[in-house]
Amino acid sequence: MEKNFKQQLMGYMAGNFTCKEVAQLITEYLEGSFSLSQRVRFQMHMGLCLACRNYLRQMKYTVATLGQLPTEPVPPEVKEALMNRFRTWKKEQSSENPPSDSH
Amino acid sequence: MSLFLWPWPSSLFVALGVPTLHDTIQLDEAGLVQALQRGDETVFSAVMEEYSGSLLRLAMSFVPSRAVAEEVVQETWMGVLEGVGRFEGRSSFKTWLFRILTNRAKTRGTREKRYVPFGLPGSDSDGDDGPSLEDSLFVTEGSGEGHWADPPQGWEADTPERALLSKECRLAIEEAISGLPDNQRQVITLRDVEGVSAEEICNILSISETNQRVLLHRARTKVRRVLDPYVRGGNK
Repeated sequence: MEKNFKQQLMGYMAGNFTCKEVAQLITEYLEGSFSLSQRVRFQMHMGLCLACRNYLRQMKYTVATLGQLPTEPVPPEVKEALMNRFRTWKKEQSSENPPSDSH
Repeated sequence: MSLFLWPWPSSLFVALGVPTLHDTIQLDEAGLVQALQRGDETVFSAVMEEYSGSLLRLAMSFVPSRAVAEEVVQETWMGVLEGVGRFEGRSSFKTWLFRILTNRAKTRGTREKRYVPFGLPGSDSDGDDGPSLEDSLFVTEGSGEGHWADPPQGWEADTPERALLSKECRLAIEEAISGLPDNQRQVITLRDVEGVSAEEICNILSISETNQRVLLHRARTKVRRVLDPYVRGGNK
């Protein structure tokens, strides 16, 4: 009973977002697509809820981890094939547009 | 929109064989485009080195195999050479590259029966591949409804570095990404791995902003879940 009252009070003070709603809206928040009132309600909840602050932090670190993933390795033979195609393209370009001898 | 995206990533200068930043041929984006237009092999080689990995990662989300993705990357660079004369700088060079790749990859993906355009039957355009991902994390009934069933722990500030130092964790993240539905994979690759803006992603993939965010949210939530057991142990 007491717990229920505490949760209700917290829900009221935290702008009526439940933790689940906060989790569902976290990308909207991180992507900056909230209205002012949504942002205020979200931040009120965050101010009072350690678990949601932790979850927000986890999502931010997930994004940061993805941003630091090593580049997909491209096999040397693919690069070599590309350079050969580039040289062929350049030759074709030169034969289509021979350099002018005028100054 | 600015034409100039100076400075270029340092790896580009390394690839150019440039000793220090201040001694460089300082190529801003316009300079780079001009160099490509006149067929400068050194610049092409450096730019190709810089971006082919990113292109390959994105291509793999459209086509069924790595071999086909490598072909798509090659076709993309040929498309760059054919089209660079018409590049007007209305988007960044990188966004332009991704757009060329996406167009070519979609064509290949459709031919290989992998890619289904957004909005068509079977395209799963909102990325809705099951019940809400958050359902399992919360109390679903009683007085605690909507509250955390297992409250999340704080991750340490060095989580990204620590996670990627572990080969097992890195592979788990890569597997999580490759296991996503294609449209979620494309959005998270562009937004979080490559750092492309939300607006540019909508343009590249021809999707709405809302759709982009829904797909991104679902993808991020899944990757976070995969990452969690690997980084929890680091908490003291």
